Amino acid sequence: MIRDITLGQYYQTDSVIHRLDPRVKIAATFWFIVVLFIVNNVAGYLIAAVYLAGIIKISKVPFRFMMKGMKSIFVLLLITFVFNIFLTPGKVLLAWGVFHITMEGIILAIKMAVRLVFLIIGSSVMTLTTTPNNLTDGLEKLFQPLKLFRVPVHEVAMMMSIALRFIPILLEETDKIMKAQMARGADFESGNIIKRAVSLGALLEPLFISAFQRANDLAMAMEARCYRGGEGRTKMKPLIYKKADYKAYAVMTGYILISIVIGRILKINLPIGS
Amino acid sequence: MSMILDHITYEYGTGEALAVKALDDVSLSIEDGQFIGLVGHTGSGKSTLVQLLNGLLKPSAGTVFYNGKDINDHEYDRKALRGRVGLVFQYPEHQLFETTVFKDVCFGPKNLGLDQKDAELRAYEALKMTGLEDEYFYQSPFDLSGGQKRRVAIAGVLAMRPDVLVLDEPTAGLDPRGRDEILNLVSKLRRETGMTIILVSHSMDDVAEYVDKVIVLNKGKLIYYDIPEVVFSHAEELESMGLGVPQVTNIMKAMQKAGYPVRTNIITIEEACTEIMRIAGNKSHADHIS
Repeated sequence: MIRDITLGQYYQTDSVIHRLDPRVKIAATFWFIVVLFIVNNVAGYLIAAVYLAGIIKISKVPFRFMMKGMKSIFVLLLITFVFNIFLTPGKVLLAWGVFHITMEGIILAIKMAVRLVFLIIGSSVMTLTTTPNNLTDGLEKLFQPLKLFRVPVHEVAMMMSIALRFIPILLEETDKIMKAQMARGADFESGNIIKRAVSLGALLEPLFISAFQRANDLAMAMEARCYRGGEGRTKMKPLIYKKADYKAYAVMTGYILISIVIGRILKINLPIGS
Repeated sequence: MSMILDHITYEYGTGEALAVKALDDVSLSIEDGQFIGLVGHTGSGKSTLVQLLNGLLKPSAGTVFYNGKDINDHEYDRKALRGRVGLVFQYPEHQLFETTVFKDVCFGPKNLGLDQKDAELRAYEALKMTGLEDEYFYQSPFDLSGGQKRRVAIAGVLAMRPDVLVLDEPTAGLDPRGRDEILNLVSKLRRETGMTIILVSHSMDDVAEYVDKVIVLNKGKLIYYDIPEVVFSHAEELESMGLGVPQVTNIMKAMQKAGYPVRTNIITIEEACTEIMRIAGNKSHADHIS
């Protein structure tokens, strides 16, 4: 049950996308999201869909696996959708008491839903094809210039990689403790809210204790290996751009340009948008 | 016949690139009152198997019967089942959470719907059974030693008065003394209550001395299910699975190889002593060797 959350998880297989430099993937994801919010016609979204579908195909991550992660954000999506439909002013189509649905509301709701879905699938392609360690390495390198402004880039990256590293561990731990308490007759699935909140204590308390214990152990292990921050620290696998990375940058730039031209500057207005 | 696994297969990560069959077509039955050792190397499917027994996991294929009923049936009361089939997880001390040892042990019986008084009575009984001294009952479980915590956790399951007790590697991570304490507790439970016990372990030495029958799993497949003497006669096969035989059996084998006419189907230290004494009594032979 708890392992169904795929957001922020790595899917192990070997593909061109998996082997790309994490910096490329971070940049591509960033620009993909930016472009999503720049384009505002159907053609732009279609291009985004094709681009994304192509990348997913190359990444060899099963689409079904990616959709599993969507389940967890379904509620968020629904809320955004409903709010947009009801709260956008414009030409009223349907009115019922204080609620009224407008044409603009429907269009905006669909637009936002599409953006959100693409945004989440797009970023999960990044996390599914990049190990957490690789990802933080990439971030650290990308944000290196911020050091000039006294931003502790290395420390933040280290904290992130530790946090990411702990997600699967804590999920597994939660699963284990949950089962152990269920074996003692605990019931996490039925009963009213208060009853469930009380029974969650049996899960959260051991979980917190073990999390602190782990944090402690990790701090000790880092101390023992003389960790003292990023100063003068070298990497076992330094990030170096390869041929494929430059190609990926080219593809990305192409996508950005095409999307902006077709999705923004050229006004291909479909009847629904006019 | 109390527990039957009928052609059980369990698959993790179905539909993913890394789908793994943790159990592959396993069928076996466990009779009431037996003491069973379940052994296998890491990743052999031991932990998966025990979680299928009380319905925490649902098999991908096959049926689990408890007292003749399919436990994964819609109408089956799995919560009640968990009271009947008590499962003590690996490192069970991690599940402790209450402010006192006593309250923690009450958690199980209370979940079964017993009132405060009955729950406390059972908790007291269970703690007594594990041999934990009274002075610890009202302390925080986090202040206890590793072996003591583990006994509290076992008491937490015993307090539900299960008919079957399943212990998943109860001696993992304990020092030799803690290990002996737990194993003695298990054999005491067996003597005094006559409950069915399933002891999961990767150590043949833990298992050999106490159990009636041994289940050997390897890579999700059931390899042997027989009395210890028979299972341990397959020393080479066991070694190829990374398991081996009890140390005494190895010693007897080495002795035989060195020319002593000892039996090698020996699995406990007592038996080994008797056997060695027997051939030591045979003076003429001893002279011959020297």
